[in-house]
Amino acid sequence: MSEPLENLIERLASEGGRVQRLRPPLTRAAFWLLGVALASTLAVLSFADLPLFMSRMGDRKLQLELTGILLTGIAAIVAAFHLSLPDRPAAWALLPLPPLVLWIASSGYACYQNWIAFGPEGWSLGESADCFRVILGISIPLGAALVLALMRARPLNPMPLTVAGGLGIAAIAAFLLQFFHPYDVTFMDLGVHLVAVGLVVLGSAASSRFLAPPEPQASRG
Amino acid sequence: MAPVARPEQGEDDRRWARLMTAAQDGGQADYARLLREIVPLIRAIASYHHRAPDRVDDVVQDVLLTIHRVRHTYDPARPFIPWLVAVARRRSIDALRRRIRTEAMEMRDDTSYETFADPLANREREGREATEALAGALAALPRGQREALELVKLREMSLAEASAVSGQSVGGLKVNVHRAIKALRAKLKGG
Repeated sequence: MSEPLENLIERLASEGGRVQRLRPPLTRAAFWLLGVALASTLAVLSFADLPLFMSRMGDRKLQLELTGILLTGIAAIVAAFHLSLPDRPAAWALLPLPPLVLWIASSGYACYQNWIAFGPEGWSLGESADCFRVILGISIPLGAALVLALMRARPLNPMPLTVAGGLGIAAIAAFLLQFFHPYDVTFMDLGVHLVAVGLVVLGSAASSRFLAPPEPQASRG
Repeated sequence: MAPVARPEQGEDDRRWARLMTAAQDGGQADYARLLREIVPLIRAIASYHHRAPDRVDDVVQDVLLTIHRVRHTYDPARPFIPWLVAVARRRSIDALRRRIRTEAMEMRDDTSYETFADPLANREREGREATEALAGALAALPRGQREALELVKLREMSLAEASAVSGQSVGGLKVNVHRAIKALRAKLKGG
């Protein structure tokens, strides 16, 4: 990179046509979440056993758990859109932590109660493998859609936002799983869910290289 | 801490925000003016992380290119300088990390630059190596042979002059030079 500064400025100015400004991050996150909500509603209405789900929703523990999962997903997605901009504080990454604690605590408590009730059967793999596949299967298209949305900001530091985004889509996938998962959660289920969420977050973090800004073409020794 | 915006920069901020907003709308003259005016602040941020002037220049250019690429992310409702400082600091730190990574994984070997496909390009290094080998072989010769070779071949004395200096006969010098060359040839060929 050895172009004289004045030449570079002239060149950039001559290439500086009108650009479309990004909407505020909260608006962009809201649009994205709305799109996901519409698609998810269609999927749930088409494939889920709603009467069974509604009967389970009478359980306060499940209500608390679902609230934690959903809030984690929304908060993490909102955080990811904020973190995609250069001048927003890194503290946005902390936004999903309180609902995440609620999610893990409520799931863990439910597992504990089921472990007391079921005993060693609570440790069997059971339907957990299906849950694993469902979480990954929902997360992959959601992740692709999120990466496409975040790419518009051309983020300078993609790692925090891909981690937040990964947590968000994993939480949304775990929330949707509840519509197709008419079982009480066991420790094994929780473990499988957490592994699946962890894999989604890791996979999302790995995608940060696609969002990373280009490196300078050359530099002096 | 790296340089940050000061309260008295409020006027700059408002002017630069106006220029950036105009640049986003396609105002090329405003854009060029903005880029020229923000160079000192970018340079100050880059100088905080990098000492070498050429590296600072590289970072300044990279920051200008990055601003060009992400200028659509500036929100005119927000102050401009924090946006600019965030971009400049991010790219400056990225350049610093790249440099640390490069220096951690690479080592300098100045002589390696002498090895090229063109034999002439390697002349200096190979000449130095040949000199060292020859000096070693010369040192291993018997004293009479070494003296004869040095006087007759290296100092280019006549046999009479060499005989006068060394005390060896002319015939003895001839024999010693012949034997010395033969020994050197065998030594250097054999490696």
